[in-house]
Amino acid sequence: MSNLINVDVEKCTGCGLCVKVCPFGAVSIVDGKASIGPGCTLCGSCVKACPVGAISISRGELKPVDLSEYKGVWVVAEQIDGRIRNVTLELLGAGRRLADKLGEELYAVLIGYKVRELADVLAEYGADKILVADHKLLERYNTDGYAAVLYDMISNYKPSIVLLGATMNGRDLAPRVAARLKTGLTADCTGLDINDAGQLVQTRPAFGGNVMATILCPRTRPQMATVRPRVMKMPKPEPGRTAEIIDYPVKIAASDIRTKILEVVREVHEAAANIEEADIIVSAGRGIGSKENLSLIRELADVLHAAVGGSRAIVDLGWLPHHQQVGQTGKTVAPKLYIAIGISGAIQHLVGMQTSETIVAINKDPEAPIFDVADFGIVGDLFQIVPALTQQLREALKQK
Amino acid sequence: MGLKIVVCVKQVPETTEVKIDPETHTLIREGIPNIVNPFDEIAVEEAIRIKEKHGGEVIVVTMGPPQAREALLKCLAMGADRAIHISDRVFAGADTYATSYTLARVISQLDYDLIICGKQATDGDTAQVGPELAEHLGIPQITYAKKVMVYPGEKKIVVHRETDTGYEVVEAKLPVLITAIKGLNEPRIPSLMGIMAARKKEIKLVTFKDIGGSEDSYGLRGSPTWVIDVFTPEKKRQGIIIQGDDPETAAKKLVEFILSKGVVG
Repeated sequence: MSNLINVDVEKCTGCGLCVKVCPFGAVSIVDGKASIGPGCTLCGSCVKACPVGAISISRGELKPVDLSEYKGVWVVAEQIDGRIRNVTLELLGAGRRLADKLGEELYAVLIGYKVRELADVLAEYGADKILVADHKLLERYNTDGYAAVLYDMISNYKPSIVLLGATMNGRDLAPRVAARLKTGLTADCTGLDINDAGQLVQTRPAFGGNVMATILCPRTRPQMATVRPRVMKMPKPEPGRTAEIIDYPVKIAASDIRTKILEVVREVHEAAANIEEADIIVSAGRGIGSKENLSLIRELADVLHAAVGGSRAIVDLGWLPHHQQVGQTGKTVAPKLYIAIGISGAIQHLVGMQTSETIVAINKDPEAPIFDVADFGIVGDLFQIVPALTQQLREALKQK
Repeated sequence: MGLKIVVCVKQVPETTEVKIDPETHTLIREGIPNIVNPFDEIAVEEAIRIKEKHGGEVIVVTMGPPQAREALLKCLAMGADRAIHISDRVFAGADTYATSYTLARVISQLDYDLIICGKQATDGDTAQVGPELAEHLGIPQITYAKKVMVYPGEKKIVVHRETDTGYEVVEAKLPVLITAIKGLNEPRIPSLMGIMAARKKEIKLVTFKDIGGSEDSYGLRGSPTWVIDVFTPEKKRQGIIIQGDDPETAAKKLVEFILSKGVVG
């Protein structure tokens, strides 16, 4: 294996803790000593677990780098249908905290066409300065145009931190720009902080979501991260708060944009809403038994004004469209209330919803893993419990 | 005229069978088989379908440890023509930037019209390698493809790209990189014939020596992001679980619980 990881055989006691913690099954005990196999990804789990400090990872000699000219925290705003998306406002809240900790300014970047009036909202949510790139070619999101503008801005202003929403477009744009800047990008951060060295400390789920990793970007700038909707808390706006608005000159031509949008099709109907932004989600799994029985779920969702989601199992069966799927191969959601009905809680589902504020589970199997993450669980027959729940909630809410 | 299609794949642990250690709350990896990342299988399937329709060649590329060869064999059994296995200890510990850089070094030496990647890998879930690879290669990208139509004569592609509000129909000239989402197709299961044929197909091993450059550009040393700690989050939920109540009583307790949270009404 790589010479970047080393086992000190003098120190190693062969206790095997490293074997247990390795997320890749790459460590084994050979002749009483830890041996790192080729599956090693240098994640560092074993280094941390070793009780005698026998395992080390070294990047070798590194030349010092001067990053002092990079200053400021940026949030790249995303707008949709003439409004700023919630994830942008949440990021402004997180960005504000980071900027205050660093004693630097918080910038918002607004890219689009005829979007200048949206700048006020960004100011109310905490931006000190707003860079506006307004151009006909930026009317609808396109990788080439947006990447060119954002790259140009970052090259000129040299921010220390750049945050984007981990939306479909954010996840298209961020890696494109990070690669052009030759810098690091951490996807789907669940925690962002500043350490004593003034570096961005990024936390994200790793290896399927049950292990967390802490990630730094110590030698290149800016430090870039994406954050999923609803992961950061929505800050309170300060009405009347103002920011300096800077009109940024856009230097792109139609020929720079190598993709052409021929047609835009709207598909998400209102009942299904965007489950990533819903406050309450009622989700169904295979336990619901048939597509027709989903009406039970919809009735409950109606009473709660909730969005409807589902597990991979029922999406694969064609009972729900893919954009309503919650989980690893679907959407990651974090609503205030998540009600899982007839969902056993396979790990792929759990990683897509376990950061919800409150989780309720209804399942007939008391051993179902969904109960491990539930704040309130009912072991029982959903066909009896759900109608009773819907009825009682309807009455309780009527009285309110 | 045939199309040259490169598909990037990754070997990942099969997570459907994963169990969680009740004490440590970490994944139990022992005995977990490795599979081709499900989104990459969709990418391979799409490439094969395009080839079946228009002719050409499908080359699958992976970067990974020696056992990643199994993933390539599966893709060859599905119908890919040949494979490239990028493997060297110098490449270990790569983040998405170093991974995409390494892939670009290899793919830039190939003749290609189209590159297809899975939307993301199910172990890392970053969805970054595709766009970063496109950037390194200097070609346009169309992510989240749910329908793909290729026009080889006009050297162009039309893709239905999923968005948060539906989809958009996007056109681009080849070469282009696209990423595949679920729903693009249903990947085939390799036939016995396919499995037999795969054994005779070429899997070219590419090492650091073959692609050259500076060792500092690859793997752990070439990665701008550093994992400095890996930890198990504390299990934060000590939930109320009720069992044995009649449905009305159970529902009543749940209604009280939900109302106490103040998110309803």
